[in-house]
Amino acid sequence: MYFYMCKNIIIEMRNAIIGIWNFYVDGFRNMTWGRTLWWLILLKVILLFLVLRAFFFKPTLADKSEEERIEYVGNQLSNNK
Amino acid sequence: MVETALVDWSRLQFALTAGYHWIFVPLTLGLAVIMAVMETIYVVKGDEFWKRAAKFWMKLFAINFAVGIATGIILEFQFGTNFSNYSWFVGDIFGAPLAIEGIFAFFMEATFFAVMFFGWQKVGKRFHLASTWFVALGAAISAVWILVANSWMQHPVGMEFNPDTVRHEMVDFSALVLNPVAISKFFHSWFSGWMTGAIFVIGVSCWYLLKKREQKFALSSIRIAAIVGIIGTLGVMFTGDSSAVHVSKYQPMKLAAAEGLENGGERAPFSIVPGIEIPGMLSVLATHDIDGYVPGINNILDGYTTPDGQTHLSAEQKMERGKIAIEAFSNYRELKDSNPEEAAIARKTLEENIEYFGYGYINSRNELVPPVPLVYWAFRVMVGLGSALLLLMFIVLWAERKKRLESMTWLQKAAILAIPMVYLAGQAGWIVAEVGRQPWVIEGLLPVKSAVSSVSVGAVQTTFFIFVAIFTLFLAIELRILFKAIKEGPKTEVE
Repeated sequence: MYFYMCKNIIIEMRNAIIGIWNFYVDGFRNMTWGRTLWWLILLKVILLFLVLRAFFFKPTLADKSEEERIEYVGNQLSNNK
Repeated sequence: MVETALVDWSRLQFALTAGYHWIFVPLTLGLAVIMAVMETIYVVKGDEFWKRAAKFWMKLFAINFAVGIATGIILEFQFGTNFSNYSWFVGDIFGAPLAIEGIFAFFMEATFFAVMFFGWQKVGKRFHLASTWFVALGAAISAVWILVANSWMQHPVGMEFNPDTVRHEMVDFSALVLNPVAISKFFHSWFSGWMTGAIFVIGVSCWYLLKKREQKFALSSIRIAAIVGIIGTLGVMFTGDSSAVHVSKYQPMKLAAAEGLENGGERAPFSIVPGIEIPGMLSVLATHDIDGYVPGINNILDGYTTPDGQTHLSAEQKMERGKIAIEAFSNYRELKDSNPEEAAIARKTLEENIEYFGYGYINSRNELVPPVPLVYWAFRVMVGLGSALLLLMFIVLWAERKKRLESMTWLQKAAILAIPMVYLAGQAGWIVAEVGRQPWVIEGLLPVKSAVSSVSVGAVQTTFFIFVAIFTLFLAIELRILFKAIKEGPKTEVE
């Protein structure tokens, strides 16, 4: 009995996931003008993360451990700028 | 000593990015409400016309959203690279609302946004309508978290400074979320979005009227937009009033700068333009009492006592207390391992003066005054344009109801011209809020010059010009796609 209940739940979950997947796939496949917008978003994400983030916006404290960060910022703020 | 050029370029880059981001946000907030109202009418009345109208405005919403999406992330890049001291100093508090916003926005957008655009034929009418309202609600809730973070910088609450970690740590999340500045700032910004959305819809619809096409669609859209816009503008005025009270209480220098008020007092006048004043009006706006005391720039710098006996220190006294706090912080760090007793004394001194910590970095009292002409005129542009646009929406609604709008070409042209004006009003509002709080990145705790990272000026200049190029490119692309969609009109099948 318990086995069958679990099995039904798993089948229902699987169907729900497939349904959601198909919903998105159909939606993207049938896009007309929306396709241009997605290309635009993709271009922007590439520019932001693969170019700007990677080459120009490395966090200043990224290569420091937590202790080093405390020391670094503490020194910066202790020196009366 | 940090170079002035580095501070200015870092500040300018942030201002450019925030200003660019704010081009897209208000239209998202406002247009979402308008299209949700239209779809509600469709579901209630069952008239396909309203479905077509809602779908058309959704298309323009999507274009604006696609270009605007992720522009806010650039601000977070800048926190990490250009403002690393700031990011570490307050990241524990500031990061929480931003993280919540990021996660929340992603899930709301990935689900309801998809249903709104892909689900017309696949889900029931009511489920689709609920999704559209959730998109509008999700955009508003995203704004809540961003403005909670911003308001914390204007009026820091709910935290304690831990000198061991060199961080302000959150001790009261509810104080952060229920910060009175955050509440009025959110509603003020949200309603200004309604206003932007309404003026955009009215302007675009008037273009159709001018071209003598899509007349039923244009007039129906104008009716809905004008009602939403009038409600929004009244909301902006009401929340602007509570904002003024908060600013006078927590950021009196910003208010004095916005008014160009050198010497304040009781029955302070409100300046309409230089030379024309309404006696006592500023006291009414700032304190809700015509006899209320409003300090001017000189009063704040010299120190003052309010009629109820509250004493406010002079600039020099605050700077002195700030230097004591920084000295104590430095001593604590040096002594905490070698001499715990002396370190405890230093920590106590720090805690007694922490309120003035940021003043310790100020070298001259003049640094405490924001650029008065810019803040003064930005405030007048915001209020002046806001009032003119409210009047315009009333006239447009009246003309539409009286069936005169189709023949009033001057009004149609004025409505088209109002589109850039509403954006100008919104940008001016942020200039008042952000330039008006200079030199502070966190009010009283950290000036901008102490928040910036030790990076080269050249690096910040390079990324500044890269942003100028990218922003111009994407804005041009958006306008091109937007104009094309508007020219095609609502007859085009949308999805």
